[in-house]
Order: sequence, then structure tokens, then C-alpha cells
Amino acid sequence: MIGAIDHGLRLIGSRVVDGIWKIGAASRFAGTILLRSGMSFRRLQLTLDEVYFTGVLSLVIIVVSGLFVGLVLGLQGYETLKRYGSAEALGTLVALSLVRELGPVVAALLFASRAGSAITAKIGIMKSTEQLSAMEMMAVDPYARVLAPIFWGGTISMPLLAAIFSAFGVFGGYLIGVVIIGVDSGAFWSQMQASVDLWNDVMNGVIKSAVFGVAVTLIALFEGFDAPPTAEGVSYAVTRTVVTSALAILALDFVLTSFMFTGV
Amino acid sequence: MKRTTVDLWVGVFVTGGLIALLILALKVGNASSVSATDGYRVFAEFDNIGGLKPRAPVKSAGVVVGRVESIGFDNKKFLARVTLLVDKKYQFPTDSSASILTAGLLGEQYIGLDGGGEEVMLKDGEQMKLTQSAMVLEKLIGRFFASKAAEGPSSQE
Repeated sequence: MIGAIDHGLRLIGSRVVDGIWKIGAASRFAGTILLRSGMSFRRLQLTLDEVYFTGVLSLVIIVVSGLFVGLVLGLQGYETLKRYGSAEALGTLVALSLVRELGPVVAALLFASRAGSAITAKIGIMKSTEQLSAMEMMAVDPYARVLAPIFWGGTISMPLLAAIFSAFGVFGGYLIGVVIIGVDSGAFWSQMQASVDLWNDVMNGVIKSAVFGVAVTLIALFEGFDAPPTAEGVSYAVTRTVVTSALAILALDFVLTSFMFTGV
Repeated sequence: MKRTTVDLWVGVFVTGGLIALLILALKVGNASSVSATDGYRVFAEFDNIGGLKPRAPVKSAGVVVGRVESIGFDNKKFLARVTLLVDKKYQFPTDSSASILTAGLLGEQYIGLDGGGEEVMLKDGEQMKLTQSAMVLEKLIGRFFASKAAEGPSSQE
């Protein structure tokens, strides 16, 4: 009996210590990447390759899901707004929900599952096949040569992806609302323009997506770097990347929203 | 510098992202300057504009003929001064009246123009003399109670 309680307490204790250790290691890891990111800008090609890897290859899924999220918002929004006789506010609804929330958040979730998982797998396998150690043996700093360019590539890609997502979403809402259902095109755009503010809404969305980009890329890099050098270890690390990123995105979104949109 | 397909695609991606941002800023947001497409400006002064906002439509007989360009406050007369940008295609007599109306129960507010009978048409920079302010719910209720109170005793007789 006492043995079981003792065992339970030890388990809790080790989990807590593990968690705190991980937070500390991740912070130090992030600091190291930032300190050694000079090469990512001196040899811009490295970063551009990562923008291709994380951004360009995620374009298709971002464009398609943005379009469909917009289509669904248009349909659902119209059904609801129609009841209150204000179907003209459809443009406002679609644009505000995309620019403020759905664009950054859904694009970041897709980014985490499309690019974040790929980053973790890449780094995890590089580590388990000792490519990173081999670099160090050749006096090449893996932080500067491999990790920092990925970090900057992801950080640059994410706001652009979110903007593309929102733009296609608004286009999807326009397709459903104006082209198919027949809401007045002028009212759709003018009400949208009257209520979406450049700084309050569009720029805050960009800031949000940049924060998500930093968070997701860092989590993906750290999980890959931290993965046990086995096939199973890498596979767990990829799963953890997606789960942790999703939770981090949603938590950060709540925090950022409560800062940004108070009293609006 | 060596040109690679990766660079090309990164270029496409970054340009696409920036264009998307630009669209969001200009088309979705209200950063775009009001396209003063062949319009003329007239001014109207109101006691109360209610919830009227810049870029609200100006309608006559339900047809959009212009936009509210800006809303200011006249500190001498304590009136709201609204600048209307009306399409040049539509001319209104000088004794036309402007009233602030509401589209639907919860809809946005717009300005309705009713044409008058004068021969002379409104020109750029002129002021409309006849205006009717927005309906304010509190004043309406207040007036309703006042009239009830006034007729109260007589109805009980």
C-alpha cells in the first residue's frame, strides 16, 4: 500500500521535474538559435530554402482550406444573418472572423501539422543518424547551419500563409454570398470595409500569426532535437509536435486576443 | 547569383503573401482612399446623426447615389456637419432634403435624399438646407411619455 503511494508520488514528482526541465531546455534552445542566427541572414539561400520547405509546400493546403472555410462561413453566416434581416452584414462577418481569428489560428494549426511535423521528422532523423554530430565534428555549427535557418524560414512563412488563408477565405465568402446566394455586392464590400480596421484587425491578425509562427517552429525544432534517436522516438516526437503546437496556438490565441481586442 | 527553381517558388510565395496582405489592407480593410469617382460634394448639417458612419451609402428612392465622405462637428452651431459625395450622374435640386434613415431594424444607417422642386441643381461645395436628424430612441420614448402625461387626465375623465 505504502509502496504504491510512494510509487505514485515519485511518478508525479518525476513528471513535474521532467516538464520543468523541458521548459528550461526549450528556452535555452530558443536562445541559442536566436544568438546563432547570423548565418541565416548572411547566407540567405539557407533561409530561402526553408521558406520553400515550410511555406511554398504548405501553399496548396492553405489555399484550399482557406477557400472552404470562407465558403462555409458564407453559407452559415448567411443562414443566421438572414433571420435578423441583415444579410448585408455577411461581408463583415466573414472578413472579421477570418482576419481576427480563423485566418491566423487555422493557418497555424495547418502549418503545425503540415510543416511542423516535417521539421520535427527531419531534425529527429538528422539527429538519430548522427548527421548533427558529424557536422560538429567538421566544426560546422548545426545550430547556425541547420536549426536557425529553419526557425527563420518558418517565422517568415507563417504570417504570409495566414494572410493568403484570410484572402482566399474572404474570396470564398464572396463566392457563396454574392455570386451564388445573391447578397448585394456593394453592401458586402462596403459594410466589410466600414467595419474592418487596418490596424486593429488586419495588423493584429498579422502579429498573431507571426507569434504562432515562432511558437510552432520552435516547438517543432525542439521536439526534433530532443527526440530519442530511435524510430519510435522520432514518431513520438512528431506526434508531440502536433499536439503541443495545437495547444500552444490555442492558448496563445486566447492570451493575444484578450490583449488586442479589449473594448472593441 | 545562381538562379534556382526554389528561389522562383519562394519569390512566388512571398509575392503571393504580400499581395494577400495588400488585398486585406485595401479591399477588406478601410485603408483605401474613398475613390472620388466623378462625384460632387455637398454638405448637410444635422442636429443628431445617430450611428451614421463614414462610407455609409447615400440613397435616393432606395438607389445608392453616393457615399458619406466624412463627418465633422461644427463647434459654433453645435451641429454635425456631414460631407456627402454624390455621383455626378445624379443631380438634385437645391431644395432637396437629406434625412438619416435606418436600413432594417438593426441595419446600418444611411442618408436618404428627397428631391425638391427647384429648377436650380446642387453644385459642388453647396449646402443642403433641409435636413432631418436620426431618430434617437430615448428622445422618442421621452416624447411618447410626455404626450401620454399630457393627455392622461383628459382620458380618465
